[in-house]
Amino acid sequence: MIGIVDYGMGNLFSVSKALERIGVPYIISDKKEQLEKTDGLILPGVGAFRDAMKLLDETNLSGFIKEQAHAGKPILGICLGMQLLFDESEENGVFSGLGLLKGKAVKFSGESNGERYKVPHMGWNKLMFHQDSPLTADVEADHVYFVHSYYVTNEDRDALIASCDYFGEVPAVVGKGNVFGMQFHPEKSGDLGMALLKNYTQYVQNTEVEV
Amino acid sequence: MLTKRIIPCLDVKEGRVVKGIQFVELRDAGDPVELARAYDQQGADELVFLDISASHEGRKTMVDVVQGVAAELAIPFTVGGGINALEDMKRILRAGADKVSLNTAAVLRPELIREGAEYFGTQCIVVAIDAKWDEEAGTWRVYTHGGRKPTERLVLDWVKEAESLGAGEILLTSMDRDGEKSGFNVELTKAVSEAVNIPVIASGGAGGSEDFTEIFTDGKADAALAASIFHYEETSVKEVKAHLRNEGVNVR
Repeated sequence: MIGIVDYGMGNLFSVSKALERIGVPYIISDKKEQLEKTDGLILPGVGAFRDAMKLLDETNLSGFIKEQAHAGKPILGICLGMQLLFDESEENGVFSGLGLLKGKAVKFSGESNGERYKVPHMGWNKLMFHQDSPLTADVEADHVYFVHSYYVTNEDRDALIASCDYFGEVPAVVGKGNVFGMQFHPEKSGDLGMALLKNYTQYVQNTEVEV
Repeated sequence: MLTKRIIPCLDVKEGRVVKGIQFVELRDAGDPVELARAYDQQGADELVFLDISASHEGRKTMVDVVQGVAAELAIPFTVGGGINALEDMKRILRAGADKVSLNTAAVLRPELIREGAEYFGTQCIVVAIDAKWDEEAGTWRVYTHGGRKPTERLVLDWVKEAESLGAGEILLTSMDRDGEKSGFNVELTKAVSEAVNIPVIASGGAGGSEDFTEIFTDGKADAALAASIFHYEETSVKEVKAHLRNEGVNVR
């Protein structure tokens, strides 16, 4: 059973529909008691970092997510949800994240070697794999769908599973221990996205946690 | 490397997909969910749904259509039409849409762009512009209400303002070309793409595969949108992409 964390922002419907398509049971909840009983969490996210953290703090979900992660429960952050797993973000000021992974979210500069480029990084870009991970087992690197203006930098290299190139290296799949993130939207990334999500749910199934 | 996107557009009126020839003559081209599924299978990179009746027939929400499409699709889609307030954006995005597109409402109250961008992030906010050449002004003018009302605004000023307010993308329709199938408006698209730093979707005038090559190379578009040539199966997304690949344009 997957628990989709509902903190008032996020692509809940498309994530839940994607899980239905691959036949994985889930609940959508903002209640600790319910989320606690699940085998793994998904932290979705569409929106601004500051508002998302504020909502997570107000609902006491940030403390809960940290506890669960430290106890070994698998957690997957998607898009903004991935950025929330890191130390901080420079989106509209400097704001602390959940601090489960090392690094911070910074804005694409929009300029490279004197040439302007478009921000947000929006569209289909090709993944490059850096290391083996349960998330990328048996899948081939192909295009996935990105929509973001901020990207994670100064990350722990050991946590970099896949990246793409957009005027520099952009961390696309990250993971350390039981904490994972995808900067793109797997639920919007066709067959490859679905395969990556399925791998996560498989990992959840294979992970036994006493929380 | 980021690929160029091909985006079929579904103009929706009362739950059915229609496409106007220069916004006036409407023909029924089918069920939105059916079409969405077909386009997904053809390799469409994204979809846009526009409720074209929204501005003049009162606000209409497309929550049911959005939910139906989101349940079927593994590609992103944008919804426009009838989105006049933050609450409308919440409803549409929570129903499964990835982005909302603002047109008339943003022109009438530009702050709406900022409100949406602050709440959802700029990447969720598309500003749609209906542009028409103004001979007297010697530039393109912004039209609202489904292309029926000229405004005081000039396109090249408005895109910059929209960007500074937090628009994440511009959906640029050339009214001079819309429904004509004579090719995208390269001049307009290039001018807008160079004026802003956010992605620009070119729309209006697609007639065949070669038009897409031209708008991505000469027109500097990041994405290209078409409706009728796809709906009436004059070509397919697959054909267009094969052509682009041959021409050296990076597509998925």
